[in-house]
Amino acid sequence: MKQEQHTPYKKRSQMQEIARRFVRNKQAVVGLIMLMILILAAILAPVIAPYDPLKQDLLHRLKAPSAEHIMGTDELGRDIFSRILYGARISMTVGLIAVSISCVTGCVLGAIAGYYGGMLDNVIMRASDILMAIPSILLNISIVAALGSGLQNVMIAIGISSIPGYCRIMRASILSLRDQEFVEASRAAGAGSFYIIYHHILPNCLAPLIVQATLRIGSAILSCASMSFIGLGIVPPTPEWGAMLSSGREFLRDAPHLTTFPGLAIMFAVFAMNLMGDGLRDALDPKLKN
Amino acid sequence: MAENILEIRGLKKYFPTKAGLLHAVDDVSFDIAHGETLGLVGESGCGKSTIGRLTLRLLEPTDGQVFFEGTNIMQLDRKSMRQMRRKMQIVFQDPYASLDSRKSVFESIGEPLRVQRIYSSKADYEKRVYELMDMAGLAHRFANAYPHELDGGRRQRVGIARALALNPSFMVLDEPVSALDVSIQAQVLNLMEQLQKDLGLTYLFISHDLGVVKYISTNIAVMYLGVMVEKAPSKALFERPLHPYTQALLSAVPIPSIDVHQERIVLEGDVPSPIDPKPGCRFAGRCRYCRQRCREETPEMREIEPGRFVACHFVEEAAKA
Repeated sequence: MKQEQHTPYKKRSQMQEIARRFVRNKQAVVGLIMLMILILAAILAPVIAPYDPLKQDLLHRLKAPSAEHIMGTDELGRDIFSRILYGARISMTVGLIAVSISCVTGCVLGAIAGYYGGMLDNVIMRASDILMAIPSILLNISIVAALGSGLQNVMIAIGISSIPGYCRIMRASILSLRDQEFVEASRAAGAGSFYIIYHHILPNCLAPLIVQATLRIGSAILSCASMSFIGLGIVPPTPEWGAMLSSGREFLRDAPHLTTFPGLAIMFAVFAMNLMGDGLRDALDPKLKN
Repeated sequence: MAENILEIRGLKKYFPTKAGLLHAVDDVSFDIAHGETLGLVGESGCGKSTIGRLTLRLLEPTDGQVFFEGTNIMQLDRKSMRQMRRKMQIVFQDPYASLDSRKSVFESIGEPLRVQRIYSSKADYEKRVYELMDMAGLAHRFANAYPHELDGGRRQRVGIARALALNPSFMVLDEPVSALDVSIQAQVLNLMEQLQKDLGLTYLFISHDLGVVKYISTNIAVMYLGVMVEKAPSKALFERPLHPYTQALLSAVPIPSIDVHQERIVLEGDVPSPIDPKPGCRFAGRCRYCRQRCREETPEMREIEPGRFVACHFVEEAAKA
């Protein structure tokens, strides 16, 4: 047998390896920078914002973008740029928290259903079918109606209504992985279910989950907007992208900037998330190293 | 030879399907002695791999016992089974599916050591993984590589190194070379022979490739549709197959010589369905010597000569042919 000089195993930690692959991916880095800009804007809103986002100035209502108001003013004369900066706080929070709620719950349920199968699988999947069968807006309204309106409950409602998607993705991935030979090899070595799920199954089904999660952030922001529109979400004066979008709708013909800018903001956020999500997915897969 | 390392008694595995019970393995018994290689052959779907998995209790049998070094492993609780797994390992057929594509070679080989918490110090652990790579003939530079960067032979070496990690005394080799090129097959087979010599391993070698089985096995067991039809020392089996199915099987092996002409026994019909099979000999419908008795009475394995077991009512007649 060939005896080589004993080179110590220079193992980069998993995290370093992933970070290295992520940084190499230009799109992912662009996404990350965009996201950083959004987060900074949200945090530094009081510093950057030129006006009070709530201060009305009815003399200067529906002003087109100008040097004074770079994104113009809305129907009550409030500075749109300032409102978008403050709105970033709420929209980003709603997006991230709602997605976290649904992702974590959905994954745990899906993992249980897929790995253990049988009766448990049936119960979980039928329950998720029921959730899927109800239109999500209706479901959101009923949950908020039951819990009471407010930002927190809106996030919970949006979270609950998107659980089935994650649940299905997770279950499907686990079903395809459960009987793979590398899982069997791990069992032959004496590994238990928890070890196998954590070390083999989860890492292998991350890709579709990340894509789903990043896509859902955008739709969570929009769902929140529609809830605000009905009057069950954010209370009116509070700046929120979705709410701004829907209240600007009336003036679409005369003052399109009322809807354009919040729309662009949402697009920017969703785009950033998608780029970053794709990059993350690729970085987590050693097959796409170069 | 020393006593048996593995004794299998009345092993059965039925899978429930919509059409009925699929008898994947039906009442199979055999022994494997210390240090021997038992080749298990048969066509696709005859239950070879199921037997491999049952002997390691990767599948729970419907019925039957597996005694490993005298202990019935089917009765062990989780904790003792975990201990037992150190002594028995498996190498899989497909080196693409048997390695996790997200784990480096180093991590894959070291996994059994981590799972069983063999080493408390990192240095010892790393030393052992390198030692295993040497044993399997893998250069150290592959430690950080991922499976997709390796060719089939090297991947299979990773699979072998991983199986050796816990220092087992018995290994199931489930078609370990079927997915490899012929030139690489030879390398991997030689490696396994070498390891057997060096480490005193016992193998259960599952394959459908008679040439490979002949090369590596001490004894050969032939399976047909979930039952064992013949078990004999390798040489004897190839020189004079006794069971009609074995005769047909061996006559199908091509001989690489244009002068030798071999009479082929062509089996009529198809393999019958393993779902709810009728009583009687499983091979009856395709057998040249089939009589009324074969359709009514299931033949038992009988010891025809020392070390030769055949499950056929009319083996004496078949042997004369």
